[in-house]
Amino acid sequence: MSRVQTSDTAIKGPRIGESALRPDGIPKVKGEFVFSNDLRHPDMLWGGTLRSPHPAARIVSINVTSALKMTGVRAVITSEDLDDMPLYGLEHPDQPVLADGLVRYQGEPVAIVAADHPENVRLALEAIDVEYELIEPLSDPNLAKEAEAIHPDGNLFREIDLTHGNSQEEGEIIVEGTYEVGMQDQAPLGTESGMAIPSEDGGIDLFVSTQWLHADRDQVAACLNLPTEKVRLTLAGVGGAFGAREDISLHIHLCLLAIKTGKPIKMSYSRTESFHGHVHRHPAQMWYRHHAKSDGTLTRIEARLLLDGGAYASTSSAVLANATCFAAGPYRVPSVEIYGAVVRTNNPPCGAMRGFGCVQVCFAHEAQMDKLAIELGMDPVELRLKNALKPGDQIITGQTITGTAPVAEVIETCAQHPISVGSATQQMELPGGAGRTADPKNVVRGEAIAVGFKNLMFSEGFDDFSTASCQLLDGVATITCACAEVGQGFVTLAQQIVREILGVEEVILAPASTATVGSAGSTSASRQTWMSGGAVKSACEEVRIRLLSRIAESYNLDVESLVIVDGGIASLSSDFSISLKEATAEPIEVEDTYRHLPTHPLDEKGQGDAHVSFAFSAHRAVVDVDQELGLVKVVELITSQDVGRVLNPLQLQGQLEGGAAQGLGLAVLEEINVVDGRILNPSFTDYLLPTSLDMPPVEIAALIEQPEPNAPFGAKGVGEPPAISSTAAVASAVRNATGLDLQRVPIRPTDIVFPERSKNG
Amino acid sequence: MGVIIAKSVNEACAVLAENPATTVLAGGTDLMVQANRGAHSLESVLDLSRIPELKNWSLEGSEMVLGAGISYTDLADPQIAALVPALTQAARTVGSPQIRNAGTLGGNLATASPAGDTIPVLVAMDAVLQLKSSTENREIAITEFITGVKTNALKPGEIIQSIKMPVFQGPQEFLKVGTRNAMVISVVSLALVTDFLGRKLRVGVGSVSPVPFRATAAEEFIAQEFDWETNSALSEKVINKFSELVADSTKPIDDHRGTADYRKHAVGVLAKRALERVCAGEKS
Repeated sequence: MSRVQTSDTAIKGPRIGESALRPDGIPKVKGEFVFSNDLRHPDMLWGGTLRSPHPAARIVSINVTSALKMTGVRAVITSEDLDDMPLYGLEHPDQPVLADGLVRYQGEPVAIVAADHPENVRLALEAIDVEYELIEPLSDPNLAKEAEAIHPDGNLFREIDLTHGNSQEEGEIIVEGTYEVGMQDQAPLGTESGMAIPSEDGGIDLFVSTQWLHADRDQVAACLNLPTEKVRLTLAGVGGAFGAREDISLHIHLCLLAIKTGKPIKMSYSRTESFHGHVHRHPAQMWYRHHAKSDGTLTRIEARLLLDGGAYASTSSAVLANATCFAAGPYRVPSVEIYGAVVRTNNPPCGAMRGFGCVQVCFAHEAQMDKLAIELGMDPVELRLKNALKPGDQIITGQTITGTAPVAEVIETCAQHPISVGSATQQMELPGGAGRTADPKNVVRGEAIAVGFKNLMFSEGFDDFSTASCQLLDGVATITCACAEVGQGFVTLAQQIVREILGVEEVILAPASTATVGSAGSTSASRQTWMSGGAVKSACEEVRIRLLSRIAESYNLDVESLVIVDGGIASLSSDFSISLKEATAEPIEVEDTYRHLPTHPLDEKGQGDAHVSFAFSAHRAVVDVDQELGLVKVVELITSQDVGRVLNPLQLQGQLEGGAAQGLGLAVLEEINVVDGRILNPSFTDYLLPTSLDMPPVEIAALIEQPEPNAPFGAKGVGEPPAISSTAAVASAVRNATGLDLQRVPIRPTDIVFPERSKNG
Repeated sequence: MGVIIAKSVNEACAVLAENPATTVLAGGTDLMVQANRGAHSLESVLDLSRIPELKNWSLEGSEMVLGAGISYTDLADPQIAALVPALTQAARTVGSPQIRNAGTLGGNLATASPAGDTIPVLVAMDAVLQLKSSTENREIAITEFITGVKTNALKPGEIIQSIKMPVFQGPQEFLKVGTRNAMVISVVSLALVTDFLGRKLRVGVGSVSPVPFRATAAEEFIAQEFDWETNSALSEKVINKFSELVADSTKPIDDHRGTADYRKHAVGVLAKRALERVCAGEKS
C-alpha cells in the first residue's frame, strides 16, 4: 500500500500491526477505571439474591412476611410474583428466573430483595423463611441418562455419534486411556454486577458487564414481556469474562426489582456468590483408543466423551459439538468413531469458558499421543509432525481445511526453541515455593510438547454476524459497535482499523449499547477481531468510497486518482489536496453488517462443514516436580501460535501469556471441588489461581503469520488457543518428570504421591 | 456500629472492660474475611493497629519479647531473623505482601487456626503469651492458650500484649506444604528448632491436629541420636525413624485441602528434610 504523506499531518496513533496501548490500561492500574461494580446513582437501592443451599430440593413454602417488614426493605420477589414468566437460556430456554417449586443446583436463585443498604439487603435475605424438602441430588453424570428426569426437558442435553471413514480400520499398535478434567472457573476478577434504571417510557436501562449485549437484551425482554426497544443494555466496565458472562446472571433480577420499586437498583455479587452465580467449564470423562501403523501413522481413533452440563442447558450443546469435532486433535485420522454426550445433573451449571470443549479433549488426545510415542519408541515431536494436519486435509467431520493450517510450523518452532531456564537453586524457586519444602536434590525435571486447535467463530450453521457504523465528521471518526470489550482488545483494534483505512488520527469509540446499533455477536469463540473487526473494516471502506466519490464530484476530479493520505485527500494526477477535516464538514456515516462464510449443521454421523476457520497452537512446558510431596513448579512455557497476521503485538502477547496462565491453572491448581452437588471451595482462599510464583515467563517461539483467506487483514482470532494446548503440555511434562500416568487434571499432590490410588478413582 | 481506635494498651483494655463483647481488630486479615462472609457481625470494633507499644520488640539476655502487633513483614527484620529464623521463615509463607503488611503475630495466635503459620514455631519454642486486661496481667503457655480449633483462652476484656520466647543456639527450619507455590493455606507445616545448649531438637507441627503441638516422641529419640559435638549428617535409618515418629504423632483429618494420609505422609517428609538441613547447617 503506498502512502503519500507529509510529516505535519502524519498520524501518530498505532495502525494495524503496531502495538497499541489500551486506553483503559493506565486508568485500570491507577484505580480510575469505572467497572460495573463502581456504578452509582444518587437514588439507587441495593439488590440481593437468596440462593438455595441445597443442590436438589422441593420448595414447600417461602415466607417473606418478616423480610418485608424490615428496615429499609422495599421489595421482595419470589417465583409467586412472576406468573407465567418464560424460562431463559442462551441457546435453549430452560431456566426459571427464580426457582419455581424446585431447586436443581446449590446456589439457584430463590428470591430477590431490594433495600436501601447492602446490610439491610443481607438481613432481609436472612429473614426469608424457605422450607425445603430435600431430594437426593443426581450428582454422578454417568447415571444421568438412565436416572429419572430432573427437568421436563430430560437429562440429556445432547449426544453426538461421530463416524468418519472405514470403521473396519485397525492399527498395528493400539493404546488406550481414560482421562478426566475437573471443573474450572473462569474467575474473572470483576464479579457479576450491574445497575437497572426504570425509564419513563415503561422500559428499562440496564448497565451490565457482559459478553453479548443483544443476546442478554433478547432474554431480558422476553422474560419481562417488553418489546426489545424498551430494554436498553449498555456495557458497563468489564473486569474479565472468559465465558463466565455469556449467560444471564443478575440481569433479569435487577430489572424486576427496578420495575417493582421504580428505583435504580444496583447488584454486585461477592466472590462466593459469583462462584455460585455463573457457569463453569464442563468437567469431562473421556475414554480413548488410538490405532496406528508401526511407523506412527494414525489409522483410527475411538473415543467416548461425557461432559457434565450441570442443572441447566447454557451452551452445553455447542460445547459438546466442539469436544467431539476436535476430539482427535490436529491430526489426520482416516477412521474415527466418537460418541459424545453432555448431560444434566444437580451439579453447578456449566457453559462457556475459554477453549470451549477443546481444552478437555486436548488434554486427552495429547496424553494419547505421548502414550503412542512411548509404545512406538518414537520421538513425540516426530509422531505429531508425521500426523499433523495441513491445508487440504480433512478433519474428522469430513470438512476439508480450505484456509491455513500451519500445524507442522507451530510444532517445529516450539520444539526447536531453546530452553532458557537453568536449574533452580533457591528454595523459593523450587516446587513448594515460599513454603521452603524442597532442596534441589528433591526435584526432578520434565518437559513435553502439546498441540491443540479450535474453531474460530460460531459453527453449525449459526447466523453469525456483527454490525458497526463509522461516521466521519470534521476529520474525526466515530465508531459505534455493540462489541463487548472484555479485555480482548477491540477498543484498540477499532482505532487501528480506522487509522489504517481512513488515515484519521482521532477515533472515538461510542459506548457499546443495544440502543444505538445492531448486534455485534458475542465476545467469545475468538471471534471479535474477525467479526467486529470485519464490520468496522467494511464500514470504513464504504466511508472511504463515498468520501472519495463526493470529493471527486465536488471538485470535478477523477475518483481513481484520489487517495487518502494521513489527515487528508490528495490527487495522484494533480496537485489537488484537501484536509479530511474540511472534506468531512458534512458527515459521512455508514453502517455495515459483516458475516463470515456460512457453515452447516453436523449430520447424524457428525459429518459436515460445520466450522469457518481453525487456529492452532503448541506449547512446550518445562516443570520441576517434588515427587515425594507431589508438588509442581512450572519453570518455563514456550509457545508457537498460528495467528494469521499480527494486528497488535502487545495485545497478542497479553493473550498468549494470560491464556497460558489459565491453562497452567487447570493443569495443576484450579478446580471447583463439587461433592454431592455442593461446592466445597467457593472462594479464592481455596480455589487456587496461579500466582507470580506459579507462572513462569512465556517464551514466544514463533507467531506463524500465514494470512487466512476471507479473514479481515488475514488475522485469526488468538484468544483461546493459548488456553488449550498449555494445560496438556504442563500435564504431559509432569508425566515426563515422574514417569506416572496422571490421567486427570488438575494434577493434585496425592495423584503424584499415591498414584495407584488415584488411578483407581 | 462504632469503631474505637485505641492509642495505648491501657486505653484498649479500658474499652474492653466497659464492653467485653467488642470485636478486637488487629490486622483484619482473618476478621474481615469472616465479616465479609457474614459470619461475624461487627457491632462495635476496637482497633489495636495503631498502638505503638504493641509493635515493639526486645531482647533481654536469652529471652525475646515480641509485641502482638508486629506484622509478618516486620518479622522479616534481619535482626529478628537472626534470633528466630524459623519465625521469619514462617511469616514469609503467609499470604501476599499486602496480607503480610497487615496481618500480625498476635492476630495469628488469637485466631488459633490449626493452620496458623507462626504457631508451630512458637509451640516448638515454648513461647509464652503475655495477656492484659484492665485488672490483670497474666502469662500463659502457648499450648494452653490455644484450646481447640480456632478457640483460645482469652478471657473477656483481655488482649494479647506480647509473646515471649527463649532464643536458642542452633539452626532452625520452617517448612510448609501448600498446593500453590505461594499465598496458600497450609496443608501441613513443621518447625524444627535446635537447642545446642539444651541438647534438644524441638519439633512443632501444624495442620495435622486440632491444635499445633510438639512431636515429643520424635524429639526424645533424636536428642539421643543427634551428634551434638559436630552436628554431622545422620544415618538414613535415624532420619527415617525420626520422620516416622513425627508422622505417627499426628492425627490429621481429610478435608478439601488435603487428605489425612497425605498429611501424615507429608509431615514425615518435612521432618526428614528439616532434619537433614539442620545437620548440614553450621553450628551457631
